[in-house]
Amino acid sequence: MATIKELSRTRDRLVGGHRLCAGCGASIAVRQVMLGAGADTEVVTACATGCLEVSTTIYPYSSWDTPFIHNAFENAAATISGVEASFKGLQRAGKIDPERKLKFVAFGGDGGTYDIGLQSLSGAMERGHNIVYVCYDNGAYMNTGIQRSSATPRGSWATTSEVGSVQPGKPQRRKDLTAIMAAHHIPYAAQASIGYWQDLVRKAEKAFAVEGPAFLNVFAPCPRGWRCDGAQTTAIARLAVETAFWPVFEVEDGVWRLTTPARAREPRPVAEFLKTQGRFKHLFRPENAELLEEIQRDVDEYYAGLKRLAGEE
Amino acid sequence: MTDTTPTAVVGAAAVDLSAVEQRTIASTGNLFVAEAFRQIDPDAVCAYPITPQTTIVEEFAKFVANGRVHTEYVTVESEHSAMSATIGASAAGGRAFTVTSSQGLALMWEELHIASGLRLPIVMINANRAISAPINIHGDHSDVMGARDSGWIILMAENAQEAYDNTIIATRVAEAARLPVMPTLDGFITTHSIARGQVADDATVKAFVGEYVPDDSLLRSTSPVMVGAFANLGPTYMKVKKAERDAIDASLPIIGEVGAQWASVIGRDYGHVESYGVDDADLVVVIMGSAAGNVRAVVRRLREQGQRVGVVKVRTYRPFPAADLAAAVSGARAIAVLDRAESFGAPAGPLALDTLAALYGAGIQVPVRSYLYGLGGADVRLDLVEQVYADLADVADDGDGLLNPTPRYLGIR
Repeated sequence: MATIKELSRTRDRLVGGHRLCAGCGASIAVRQVMLGAGADTEVVTACATGCLEVSTTIYPYSSWDTPFIHNAFENAAATISGVEASFKGLQRAGKIDPERKLKFVAFGGDGGTYDIGLQSLSGAMERGHNIVYVCYDNGAYMNTGIQRSSATPRGSWATTSEVGSVQPGKPQRRKDLTAIMAAHHIPYAAQASIGYWQDLVRKAEKAFAVEGPAFLNVFAPCPRGWRCDGAQTTAIARLAVETAFWPVFEVEDGVWRLTTPARAREPRPVAEFLKTQGRFKHLFRPENAELLEEIQRDVDEYYAGLKRLAGEE
Repeated sequence: MTDTTPTAVVGAAAVDLSAVEQRTIASTGNLFVAEAFRQIDPDAVCAYPITPQTTIVEEFAKFVANGRVHTEYVTVESEHSAMSATIGASAAGGRAFTVTSSQGLALMWEELHIASGLRLPIVMINANRAISAPINIHGDHSDVMGARDSGWIILMAENAQEAYDNTIIATRVAEAARLPVMPTLDGFITTHSIARGQVADDATVKAFVGEYVPDDSLLRSTSPVMVGAFANLGPTYMKVKKAERDAIDASLPIIGEVGAQWASVIGRDYGHVESYGVDDADLVVVIMGSAAGNVRAVVRRLREQGQRVGVVKVRTYRPFPAADLAAAVSGARAIAVLDRAESFGAPAGPLALDTLAALYGAGIQVPVRSYLYGLGGADVRLDLVEQVYADLADVADDGDGLLNPTPRYLGIR
């Protein structure tokens, strides 16, 4: 893959001037993913309703240096599948050069992907469209004000899974969406973090290169929702990988492979990641010690399962 | 000979009138529609099965499997995705069609508004069917009325022939008006009954609909287009809505013009309203869809008995042809509007409300009676229609108010 110097000279498909928060992980995720498309590749972008969409397309401005469509919240996958279908139909009709190559990418947050958009995404993946779907996962409905989603981690505070005298944040574990996507037997599914840009750009390159559907689940911190320092976004995104809170891996033609960076081979305690964010602050109170241990066990168990799938144990 | 007659609102259809051939066939309404789809050969069809529309998507699947269309056929996992993908396909510059009914149309509701708000020339057939609960798969207009205010042009067919013609007309109307169009046909009565009708030859249909050249497209590589921007600040949103209002109002003459062009090709008239026996009629029924035939049969019988009765069928429902309707009923002494859908809590049925507004706008003050009929496919017996005319005769003689206090349910106490 390209060096960082080369990448730094590659044009951005999401340009400056948008209204996302300082330190927002979503815009970093988009820019890194788009680097994987290659500078000369024509890309059409769809975006689910969410922070990314509202902050980058305020009429009459656009931050997207690609053709762009926003339809609604739950249907970015269906929408981009229709764009791709039209392209195929127009090529078959001879109205578009049959040699022309185009890539189709859709972005959605975890709310628009894990929850309300899951059916639409599953359908599009099953139908085998030549699309890349990217979830920027910040673990809650940030655009509407930090409500819990099925990507919200266990124990996390959110405005609809409050921390109170009888409930220490969200009781349930988050859904394993990347595995669900892999279960669609698509050519490429991967989980990545904006903290490991080489890993992410390499995965994006693979996703754009395959013929057929590809899925990327990208860990993208939200300083506003996580109650953390916006200057620490990428550091926290690295810690998530290094603690195995968010293991990075890929499933290529059914073959699972952990892409864990060397320095994260032996995961650090998950508490190191959790303590960087206000949403987990209550977990460090004495009365929640057991929950903290359970969260560590969840992480260990999941990582061990991934290792088995990847044939590392 | 090529028809190059200049027209006021849309370009002429490039049809060679001397070469038009029509076949008379017997088929179901759905298969007439599927045949129109095959002839139009859209770039994308994104659809999901639902009774009673399913035989359209099944028939189209055969066309796809046998290479008879170039269409990319996207068999989505829900009607919400059907309309979502159709929106994507249309924004990409392809001619994009879909088909739905009832719960499917309801599931699409937010997408209907997005399709029209984005000004995409989508054509969607609706097989008119009751809305749950209780669940019922038969024909009425409850589903259509849920889409009434969504900015779509809505065409109501009485029979298979009109459903076929409307599908072809809709293609040109959508692209000329830059609005989505929903041609509808009544569930089972029209979708599944075998009827006699005429189908034009493929070359005529292809020439009539022409090639779609969008103004903008997501697939245009130079100057990227943004579709679906965030219009949250200032008056932008309201300006866009005003433009939509202007567009759908301006589509009425477009529909008329394209309908007239198709009529000149195949010899069947298209009018926004179709009148029967109204010229001297004292008592007039206003209705839409398949039951218009039942009413016409009753009118024929009553007129043979010397009664001055008539019926007006509304074909273009949105935009509402208020002036045409008012003109058609202007001589009536009493009017009954038969609705096949509820508008619960409203002073009258949906078509009755539109009719009242049309009459008011034209300065016509005659008694109007609102009826509900045929919900969930309930039979529209001729004796029920006769009862309506009998009621109207009393109303015309006694007055007793301009509007009944609540709609009367035909055939139900």
